[in-house]
Amino acid sequence: MEKFQKLTGLVVPLDRANVDTDAIIPKQYLKSIKRTGFGPNLFDEWRYLDPGEPGMDHSRRRIDPDFVLNQPRYRGAQVLLARDNFGCGSSREHAPWALMDYGIRVIIAPSYADIFYNNSFKNGLLPVVLDRQAVDQLFQECFATPGYSLTVDLDNQIVTTPGGQGFRFEIDGFRRHCLLNGLDDIGLTMQHVADIQAYEARRRREAPWLFSD
Amino acid sequence: MGTTLYDKLWDAHVVRENADGTVLLYIDRHLVHEVTSPQAFEGLKLAGRKVWRIDANLATADHNVPTTDRVHGIADAVSRLQVETLDENCRANGITEFDMTDPRQGIVHVIGPEQGATLPGMTVVCGDSHTSTHGAFGALAFGIGTSEVEHVLATQCLIQKKARNMRVRVEGVLGSGVTAKDVVLAIIGRIGTAGGTGHAIEFAGSGIESLSVEGRMTVCNMAIEAGARAGMIAVDHKTIEYFRGRPYAPKGEMWNRAVAAWQKLKSDSDARFDKEVVLEASAIQPQVTWGTSPEMVVAVDAVVPDPAKESDPVKAGSMRQALKYMDLRPGTPIREIRLDKIFIGSCTNSRIEDLRAAASVVRGKRVSANIKLAMVVPGSGLVKAQAEREGLDRIFREAGFEWREPGCSMCLAMNADRLGPGERCASTSNRNFEGRQGAGGRTHLVSPAMAAAAAIAGRFVDVREIG
Repeated sequence: MEKFQKLTGLVVPLDRANVDTDAIIPKQYLKSIKRTGFGPNLFDEWRYLDPGEPGMDHSRRRIDPDFVLNQPRYRGAQVLLARDNFGCGSSREHAPWALMDYGIRVIIAPSYADIFYNNSFKNGLLPVVLDRQAVDQLFQECFATPGYSLTVDLDNQIVTTPGGQGFRFEIDGFRRHCLLNGLDDIGLTMQHVADIQAYEARRRREAPWLFSD
Repeated sequence: MGTTLYDKLWDAHVVRENADGTVLLYIDRHLVHEVTSPQAFEGLKLAGRKVWRIDANLATADHNVPTTDRVHGIADAVSRLQVETLDENCRANGITEFDMTDPRQGIVHVIGPEQGATLPGMTVVCGDSHTSTHGAFGALAFGIGTSEVEHVLATQCLIQKKARNMRVRVEGVLGSGVTAKDVVLAIIGRIGTAGGTGHAIEFAGSGIESLSVEGRMTVCNMAIEAGARAGMIAVDHKTIEYFRGRPYAPKGEMWNRAVAAWQKLKSDSDARFDKEVVLEASAIQPQVTWGTSPEMVVAVDAVVPDPAKESDPVKAGSMRQALKYMDLRPGTPIREIRLDKIFIGSCTNSRIEDLRAAASVVRGKRVSANIKLAMVVPGSGLVKAQAEREGLDRIFREAGFEWREPGCSMCLAMNADRLGPGERCASTSNRNFEGRQGAGGRTHLVSPAMAAAAAIAGRFVDVREIG
């Protein structure tokens, strides 16, 4: 997994609550058996005016110039500013894959849906939680300031504005550690094989109907 | 102090506690489908890892499969490759799969309980958010992403942090014509789509106890639409009877041992919940969603709400966006909303009782002329066969419905079943998000009986008022 430590990146404001994973990456692209290549279809139905299908040359499609991702001032954004309950709906990990593939490395929102939040950490995408008031302020500053960038420092758990104002954020220690070091969960769990085997042996005695072999 | 059902299920599956407060949680049953598993199997292979416990896995193809004649396979090459990849991954790893031609094939959350492959007391996971369905019989069941699918395949465990306890009680007697779907939509309308975020929800109270096990599955299925990864309901005699004789359920002496264990799967009377909400069962009316989030829901006799009356500006903004997308005006009576398509199916509402409820409404009637397509998609091959034995297929066909093969179908429109831009659908599925049932399509979530009544009337009607 890609590490995340510290980044200063251009911010794109997506001013909507309850952005669901169907909106982040529509179903037709979930037919892929790969983890990559979803970037051109991030927010597909909002970005393009014509319907998209897998295998199309998406660079030739008609874009909606009003959608934030298509506005030239936000081109190359690495930080996505969003509202409450970001990533609700389907468990598709294609959502963080699409965001990462597009170039987003950090999301800042007041709250996230649980599965999306969890999936993000497995892919080196950092979902930062700030309170509504702080997020509101960042939206205002971002709208008002062309080229608005934020510095996100995971080690010190601080988001810093161009004006030098710092917002501290909370994050689970284990997730922070894995993200800072790019650690793979499976490798960590494999260190506890003996514990898993001991549990299974006990479970077989206590609830043998759960084992068919 | 007593413990909750969630506490008990959690404690019984802790393999080890880590210093940081996370635990390694053991998974008893892993359900696998074609959309969220290929990258996990690929990851496993690239790392040279093997499936930890083959018999804990059960696979089926459901999201991409056609619901029309399957003799010629899948026409869409991209979908076909994904389904073939699942077949190949299951073959290579020795995992049992109900493939597209198997009579037991169906929606993963329908076939699990139907086979007794998901049971009370289990931890159940699947790369699908509606895994919460299996909590209906006292299991801890939740959706996971593909990285976690790989983690379960490799270790039979997940690294998890315990959620908080929430209880939603529905007390009293439900009115006639009010179904499990109306109950869960009313709950979501009350607590919102993030109302259960960070929590495991236990549904309780006499209104919940009165539901059948299938109805309870409908309620738990949509826990995720209230933000909770897991929803659950205590075990009672209905739960135990439901599983008796199912193919994967224990038999003989083992059955008696299992039942003794299952009977303990309930919250203690003095258990403490971090959050509790109570709904009055008799106040719940048949529900219809009007917007693009399941929390945008009202009773069938209500009108489309007005964003100008909403004090929260972010919420008012979402309402305006939703009204624009749905092409609805505030104040419009729900009953004046005319429909183009009807979809009866999905992991929320495609079990035999759902089909019986819908059939009883359409029996002897005709689908309205303005309905371009009305379709019934049974949740599994076995549900379909059962419905055909009962003659339900004939009732639907004679009324003008299409009777299809099992799968996820137009709930998420990954196969050929979808809405065209601007088309409006009464759907028994679980999500009314923009584009969910097809780009530009407009979804209204309802119960099977309400969808059936809407098909006959061509617009929404109160199912309680039709004979």
